[in-house]
Amino acid sequence: MKNSVLFYRIENVLGWIRDHFFLILVSLSCIFPLVWMFSSALKTQATVFSDMSLFPAHPHWENFYLAWTKGGFAVYFFNSIFYTVTVVTGVVLIASLAAYAFARLEFPGKNIFFYMFLATLMIPLPGAFIALYVLLMKLHLVNTRLGYILIQINGGLALGIFLLKTFFEKMPRDLEDAARIDGCGKFGIYWRVALPLAKPAIAVVVIFNALTVWNEYLLAMLLLTNKSLMPLQRGLMVFQGAHVTQYPLLMAGITITVLPIVLMYILMQKYIIAGITAGAVTG
Amino acid sequence: MVAKTKLKEIFGNYLFLLPALAMFLTFSIYPFFKVFQLSVYQWDGIMPTMKFVGFSHFKDILFHNPIWWQSVWHGAYITLLALTFQNCLAFILALLVDRGIKGGKIYRVIFYLPPILSGIVVGLIWNWIYNGDYGLLNYALKYLGLENIQKAWLAEPRTALTSVAIAHMWQGFGWGFIILLAGLQNIPRELYEAARVDGANKWQVLTRVTVPLMIPVFVLVSILTILGCMQIYALIVATTGGGPGYHTEVPVTRIISSMLGQSQFGYACAMGIIFGLLLLTASMIQIRISRRIKQE
Amino acid sequence: MARRGHPKDSRGEENKMTKKVAWLFCVSVFLSCIIGFIGCVKKPEKITGITVWHWMTDRQDAFNVLREIYEKEKGIKINFELYAPSDAYTQKVMAAAQTDTLPDIFGILGEKRVFASFIKAGHVADLTEEMDAENGKWGGVFFSKALDVNRFLLGNQFGVEPGIYGVPIDVMNIQMLYNKALFRKAGLNPDSPPSTWNEFIRAGERLKAANIPVLVSGWGEIWLIDCFASNYAFNIMGEEKVIATIRGDVPYTDPDWIRVFTIFKELSEMGMLAQGVVTMVNKTAEQIFANERAAFAFNGSWCVNVYRGMNPGLEYGAMLPPKISDEHPMAIWGGAGSSFMVNAKSKNREKAIEFLKWLTDKEQQVFLAKSTLNLPSNKYSLTEIPPILAQFADDMERTTHPSILPVAEFPRVIETFNKGIQSIITGEKTPEQLAKEIQKVKEREMRERK
Repeated sequence: MKNSVLFYRIENVLGWIRDHFFLILVSLSCIFPLVWMFSSALKTQATVFSDMSLFPAHPHWENFYLAWTKGGFAVYFFNSIFYTVTVVTGVVLIASLAAYAFARLEFPGKNIFFYMFLATLMIPLPGAFIALYVLLMKLHLVNTRLGYILIQINGGLALGIFLLKTFFEKMPRDLEDAARIDGCGKFGIYWRVALPLAKPAIAVVVIFNALTVWNEYLLAMLLLTNKSLMPLQRGLMVFQGAHVTQYPLLMAGITITVLPIVLMYILMQKYIIAGITAGAVTG
Repeated sequence: MVAKTKLKEIFGNYLFLLPALAMFLTFSIYPFFKVFQLSVYQWDGIMPTMKFVGFSHFKDILFHNPIWWQSVWHGAYITLLALTFQNCLAFILALLVDRGIKGGKIYRVIFYLPPILSGIVVGLIWNWIYNGDYGLLNYALKYLGLENIQKAWLAEPRTALTSVAIAHMWQGFGWGFIILLAGLQNIPRELYEAARVDGANKWQVLTRVTVPLMIPVFVLVSILTILGCMQIYALIVATTGGGPGYHTEVPVTRIISSMLGQSQFGYACAMGIIFGLLLLTASMIQIRISRRIKQE
Repeated sequence: MARRGHPKDSRGEENKMTKKVAWLFCVSVFLSCIIGFIGCVKKPEKITGITVWHWMTDRQDAFNVLREIYEKEKGIKINFELYAPSDAYTQKVMAAAQTDTLPDIFGILGEKRVFASFIKAGHVADLTEEMDAENGKWGGVFFSKALDVNRFLLGNQFGVEPGIYGVPIDVMNIQMLYNKALFRKAGLNPDSPPSTWNEFIRAGERLKAANIPVLVSGWGEIWLIDCFASNYAFNIMGEEKVIATIRGDVPYTDPDWIRVFTIFKELSEMGMLAQGVVTMVNKTAEQIFANERAAFAFNGSWCVNVYRGMNPGLEYGAMLPPKISDEHPMAIWGGAGSSFMVNAKSKNREKAIEFLKWLTDKEQQVFLAKSTLNLPSNKYSLTEIPPILAQFADDMERTTHPSILPVAEFPRVIETFNKGIQSIITGEKTPEQLAKEIQKVKEREMRERK
């Protein structure tokens, strides 16, 4: 009897080591690039590829300040936050309205419209950039914040509708019935019952779209000419010359741009875990 | 009277859909049709005139462009690797974290870091790891005494594509991990208790309880993986540029090279349409398979 | 299971931290929203003066200095707008061309074919008159090869009216660099680098014996392979035959071309190439040479600026690629580095041309050359450049470039050519196989374009 208990304990400990070892190995590989990025930001152009130390002997903290000023980050930073907030809000509102309609309301052509949205998710269109530019030109929206925001909202609709529809479908009907009895119209049910319950799915949509908008670059370059309208990624480009890339400043700049997204993820991940669940377990 | 209220109700329902539909019709439909239109013309993207060529682009791509199909195969290869290894890894990690392991919250954040990283950083890191003369991988191999395996990983025909695939999987597993973890956490613990009471061991619990309940999640992850892998582009440009030769060309690199490099805009649009149809078919098949499994 | 209200809070402390972070987040979001709305309400100001679009990140600072000087002197505002990287720049210019919203001055990246399309579509002003005026006062200050890149000759295959359509603002050429310190280490004489192919191979053997990688270049970028290959093509068979091949009169299966391809086979088999050159981007190759991890590099004159940043103490020199044959001269690629074009539809055409004349004037060119370490396009501005750049400048007259040749090869043939050479280096194809393949693609293209 004693022997088997001992074996059980050893197996337990070995199991613990094995599990955590694997997790720690993978974690290290995930953290390593960020550490490298951060330490490169503290080096100089001449030492960034020759100095292999993890933390340089003479850290150049001023690189962060230089990256911020040379990259003109002040304006770009606020622009990026503005775009992210507006696009995410737009996607959440518009997609949830449509998803609620697909999930709970009846109207002709419902399925056709839904598959139409789904198709855009699955059919990528490289080369649409000229068409989009011409279109915005006709609408007089080139070089405006509004044009840039509208196109990005549109880009996030398909996935948002898909995720939110499956979530709404799983909502318990008795809550809706209760609200209807209380005298709520369609919109009231949507606003007061469906949306609050869908917080997890909304969190998913938020993080997906926030990351996309935050990292967006090509569209901004195409549509915007005014420097005061440009997002953060534009600032990073200043360090990537046609021939000379200023690596330490670039790494410092990237570190600065990564921080807010990591922050947002930490805040949202509580909701995400619960959110993807409900949307996924129906398929 | 009844008809009128019915009409009013339908109209009210449409209002929910209106904003999304309006945006969609303006910003998605127009480019969509433009791409379709351009695919039957020969155009360099600059001249105001185009030449109508009918379906000759499509014919050329389907029958006379072996490089295009090679690139599709390369994309499929990366996708297959991701569907198996990447998602297996993600699943294992999700299982480990799901068991309430200490520091689960920290792991959740850490595993999501690679997807957040910008393409530039990912490209630089992996270029360094794979570098032939002084890369980390070769250094580690030398340390382990495996010098004879050392190569220029990104430059040799046989290893280039797999090397890029590994870099892509490293960046992608974070998404799969999160989705799978969420799916696992949604399984009621009572089912595990019941199974254990019935005398099932760990393996049986896994195969008889966990996996069947996770099938819809697997399907979602698969579809997202396929879409993500087939559209790989920035990583290829940052590491191999499609080389050596054509060994790491993927559909998007071929499309961009036609569009900007060879000034064949119409041809590139035709490629884009064929590509889209391929992806659509793949996703539809996935959905149909999942429906069939659900029915069983 | 429906849950109303807030999700369960686990621990009080953790909750407080999250609350603080959330508060900070909300405040910053609120602030930026205010700034954003203010920006929305305020319409973006109308740009007055002349607008210039470019992709040259390295020169934006220098341009801004010049801009201020010009504004003080002439009272005209110049806006330099930077759009990088070059891919994004190209797309922006293409989109603007479609909607006739190109700026007053802009550059065109890509092959001459692309340049020709822009001209035929009416976006580029013909500058021949201004260049030739007063006995060629303006045109005469440039290196002839720099102008040739922007010139279309009578009877050119693109159907463009002959003339000069662009203004070169710098020149460059591509040669070989060698590391003097590593030479000494391998027992080679740093003052007499190899000038023939056999000397090059022998030097390579010495370097290999000293465990030094021999040649590095960014041959993941296929245009650089094209450059190396065509240099030797000119050396082996002469300019006439190369042009004849592009015209289709000489097949790629000709023994001279096979000799060109065999060069790469030799380099690869003798281990003269640094590991991984076939997928290496030029920036990585520059890193490797700057960090003294290779003895030779094949790179352009812009490298002087790059190397200075990465390793100011690097001891190196420039040399022509070692020649194989004595029958024909060794040619190197070179010509205009970057050029600016004037928008034919611009309302500020005369002012734009005036500005470009000023920009390419002797003083401004000297300033640009000094501050950005690029070769000036004005041949009278070579006074204050460092000696290594002067070595590059000396060879400007023996340069050639695809854009100067009277004919251009089909893009698909070029791709097969360059990607095929990568396959020769990896040992997958033989020179004969590649020659046959290229010829097949060439014949197909010629059939289809007829």
